[in-house]
Amino acid sequence: MSLTPLQKRLLNDFQRGFPLSPRPFQALAETLGVDEAEVLENLRVLSDSQMVSRVGPVFAPQRVGASTLAALAVPAERLEAVAAWISDLPEVNHNYEREHRYNLWFVLTAADPERLDAALARIERHTGLAVLSLPLLEDFHIDLGFPLDFGSGPT
Amino acid sequence: MSGMPLRAVDFPAVFPGPAPVHCGTHPDAASDLRLLAAVQHGLPLVPRPYAELGRQVGLSEAEVIERLERWLATGIVKRLGVVVRHRKLGYRANAMVVFDVPDALVGAVGARLAAFACVTLCYRRPRRGEAWPYNLFCMIHGRDRATVEAQVEALTLACGLEAMPRAVLFSRRCFKQRGAVYR
Repeated sequence: MSLTPLQKRLLNDFQRGFPLSPRPFQALAETLGVDEAEVLENLRVLSDSQMVSRVGPVFAPQRVGASTLAALAVPAERLEAVAAWISDLPEVNHNYEREHRYNLWFVLTAADPERLDAALARIERHTGLAVLSLPLLEDFHIDLGFPLDFGSGPT
Repeated sequence: MSGMPLRAVDFPAVFPGPAPVHCGTHPDAASDLRLLAAVQHGLPLVPRPYAELGRQVGLSEAEVIERLERWLATGIVKRLGVVVRHRKLGYRANAMVVFDVPDALVGAVGARLAAFACVTLCYRRPRRGEAWPYNLFCMIHGRDRATVEAQVEALTLACGLEAMPRAVLFSRRCFKQRGAVYR
């Protein structure tokens, strides 16, 4: 899908400071010089095509609930099966294969530490592998979004 | 610092600071949790999204706006806006770069790394013995591997980390990516 100039601006210009006023999409529309319905329709298209994950809040880790970054060293022949099982856990929101002896990395989030620990224990029981659990100790970065460069590349 | 573990079931959904606030009787606790659950997957794409969220959780439009303003002001919400999927947008080279930095230096180095535009996240996490000797993590997203590798070299030099043990873990496959679900 090739992006229109309006879609590029919707993707890049409103990653933070989204209006907290009753008609926020109308406010965006005024900035962009289009109408509110057009903004909503384009955001739906971008969401449906998986370019936009959501229009909403990014919560700070460890301020709500409990979470950890976890990793497993999975034998190559089991990786797909283990990854699929991990992805199906409701506590898992990110799950990546990475180039390392610890080759499967995922983020676990739960309402409280007990549920988090229970999920980690369940993973160890099911996989027979020791989980590396690396909870956040200090956050040095305030996530202000992801600057997009539309000037080059395949997009 | 993470401080004490926080329990969304015992405490209000959101906290003014890193220490847990002991107030199961907090008047907003239950509606905070309902709003958190409703908003974590994003605003409904309708003309009055805050009114729609309020309808779902039993708050007025003004109350929803006021809660989100408060969560932003206290840092519980880092930002409010469009959350993109970088892979779908052509940023397919994604590296987690980890360093073993002396504890006395990690705060200063972390702050310096986080200031680079190419660093999208930067955290201190625990070491785990010989299996995992690294304590400083950052994430770099780029359109291709060579660009990201050059950025890692530039960061390493700029922060004086050449002599520190490090590893660069490029992602291969993304099996799952979505916002957190608290339950």
